[in-house]
Amino acid sequence: MHSRNADAGSPSIAILPTTLAKRCLWLLVALIGAACLGVVALRRGEPVNAIWLVAASLAVFAIAYRFYSRFIANFVLRMDATRATPAVLRNDGLDYVPTNKWVVFGHHFAAIAGAGPLVGPVLAAQMGYLPGTLWILFGVVFAGAVQDFMILALSLRRDGRSLGHMLREELGPAPGVVAMFGVLVLMMIVLAVLALVVVKALTHSPWGTFTVAATIPIALLMGVYLRWIRVGRILEVSLIGLVLLLASISYGAHVAASPTLAPLFDFDAKTLAWLLIGYGFCASVLPVWLLLAPRDYLSTFLKIGTIALLALAIFIAAPTLQMPAVTKFIDGTGPVFQGGLFPFLFITIACGAVSGWHAIIASGTTPKLIGNEGEARLIGYGGMLMEAFVAIMALIAAASLHPGVYFAMNAPGALIGNTVQSAATAISQMGFVVTPDELLQTAKNIGETSILSRAGGAPTLAVGMAQLLHNILPGGGMMAFWYHYAILFEALFILTTVDAGTRVGRFMIQEIAGLIHKPLQATESWTGNLLATAICVALWGYFLYQGATDPLGGINTLWPLFGIANQMLAAIALMLATVVVVKLKRQRYIWVPGIPALWLIACTLTAGWQKLTGPISFTAAAAKYAQAAQQGRLLAPAKTIAEMQRIVSNNQVDAALTGVFMLLIVSMLGFSLRTLIRAWNTPTPTAHEEPYVALSSVTS
Amino acid sequence: MMTRSTIANALHQAWKRAVQTARLCCGVPDYDAYLKHLRKHHPERDVPSYAMFFRERQAARYKGTGGRCC
Repeated sequence: MHSRNADAGSPSIAILPTTLAKRCLWLLVALIGAACLGVVALRRGEPVNAIWLVAASLAVFAIAYRFYSRFIANFVLRMDATRATPAVLRNDGLDYVPTNKWVVFGHHFAAIAGAGPLVGPVLAAQMGYLPGTLWILFGVVFAGAVQDFMILALSLRRDGRSLGHMLREELGPAPGVVAMFGVLVLMMIVLAVLALVVVKALTHSPWGTFTVAATIPIALLMGVYLRWIRVGRILEVSLIGLVLLLASISYGAHVAASPTLAPLFDFDAKTLAWLLIGYGFCASVLPVWLLLAPRDYLSTFLKIGTIALLALAIFIAAPTLQMPAVTKFIDGTGPVFQGGLFPFLFITIACGAVSGWHAIIASGTTPKLIGNEGEARLIGYGGMLMEAFVAIMALIAAASLHPGVYFAMNAPGALIGNTVQSAATAISQMGFVVTPDELLQTAKNIGETSILSRAGGAPTLAVGMAQLLHNILPGGGMMAFWYHYAILFEALFILTTVDAGTRVGRFMIQEIAGLIHKPLQATESWTGNLLATAICVALWGYFLYQGATDPLGGINTLWPLFGIANQMLAAIALMLATVVVVKLKRQRYIWVPGIPALWLIACTLTAGWQKLTGPISFTAAAAKYAQAAQQGRLLAPAKTIAEMQRIVSNNQVDAALTGVFMLLIVSMLGFSLRTLIRAWNTPTPTAHEEPYVALSSVTS
Repeated sequence: MMTRSTIANALHQAWKRAVQTARLCCGVPDYDAYLKHLRKHHPERDVPSYAMFFRERQAARYKGTGGRCC
């Protein structure tokens, strides 16, 4: 069956399966998916195997890709395979190059996949595996993948322009500036919270700290090799780097056991935070070829390789989900993060379900590489589905842990104390029976002295991964190796993000500084460079240090801020897509980007409001500490009145920032509605698309 | 029927694609494609060596906006 598109220039497109066999096949996929989802959602009392969850997800993704993404491509975006893309029109052999679609897919996926989809689902597992699973599946199909695909398509029709540029063009200059300010603040929060994940993972872990520190000389060596010895041989040098990394993980066991070496790499959270701040400054000031680029290569390959390894481990080990489907913590009393299912689940799992950050990638390098509009669906929508699958795998790794171990690792010390005895008692009282021995044994298995209160996602995921990998590749003492491998892999690519992000932040700050004093804008100027880098590092460093000294462990405080900011950006991107759909006079499809946009606005504003006022708010925390300080009492972990004051002011800053985010989103909503109503009342299309050029008329 | 040479060809093609993807993930575009583009559109320009091309691209990657996610 074919349906002809009314739009001139669009080819006729098949929207339904053409043969009976194909229809039957899709019906079968739908039935299998429904059956698996039914098992995951409804089976109670006996544990569910992770394979059901994997199968359900794959079926949902297949159906969403086959039907919903095609519907969006054909009707909402009207992607046109005969239309020339920016890569073809502006081919310069460097930035704009028509590239094979699988190559672009790989590039796009590597760019969007980061620590986010691995950490968020692990934190959300405190509510059980079901809420997280459902949000990842429905979120990605109706929001995340829609956002990535639509922003990619918009950019494809606009010479590969950036999100900021498109916002200025379609909504006006003021909203463009407001959104870009939001991006800068979001970036600082992202860098701080990611660096905090590393701090949490390395606190009092000489083995982990040693291996992460070893990446610095390894990267320097790679940088020199790549610059002078074998120029540009990325794969070769990455293999050498990988071998050295694995060797450093092995040697780390020796470091941890040695009474002379271990103290050299044994740091508390505050010291680690300072080390990271200093490191971030150096790494982004040094020439990129020396440290930043080689680490980037290593972390990119390690990331893809480890994701593949995780998938393999889950398929072969087929773990049982030990976490209940739903825990009592959906009421908002969970130890990992406070706040009820709505809205906090939806901001805790950001990347993996929907992530505003992707809108920047989808309007960055990717649209400049696509040779045919017809391929945008695979790359934009398909790439995000794959990211969601990574999030599902992270959720499985966390949910396949003993719940007692999970909560011991993720609950703050204020709730479970500092000993395995106190932790086991506290967690058993929560309803997850665990013995001190089990906690001790887990720590011993992974080669650490303690697993308590290591919130942040990375250590939990690492224990989960280590158990899975140990299942498929048994061997004495190998679990400790795998644990530190997983920690290293996460730390490596988080630190690369921190370095690269600091550089980007530095350029953004230099641009702003250039408005005040022109010479500061020159990126070659050392004064401008050092000054802007220092400001950038100070901005994220402030939040990192705040997290490292936070009474509730930091992640508890900073992750909601990160989630609110990230989902705010996603809401802005989806609002842009909604406005453009109306501007194109396709308003009957306004619900496609419009409903997820409204949903994210509702989630971010509700979460923001609860963090601003009420029992779990930053203001309440500030008031509590201020009151105690006034009475001369000390509340843990503060040891002096000055520290009490600092906790008060940190919470006030967080509250103010939450207010700024809320204001930002309300003003963007106002700007969008204004443009939307105007476009709705205009009888002709008003979107700023570049004119149609036939692909066949352009010679490559 | 697939002959041995077509299989070898397909494997070679797949390897080339994999290398291209891996390099692109690191911000280094396809050198051959760039040379082809230069020869066709800018025959008057000097052709850079792979080493020069690599260094220029490596520096360019970290100049602009962020190319990675959280």
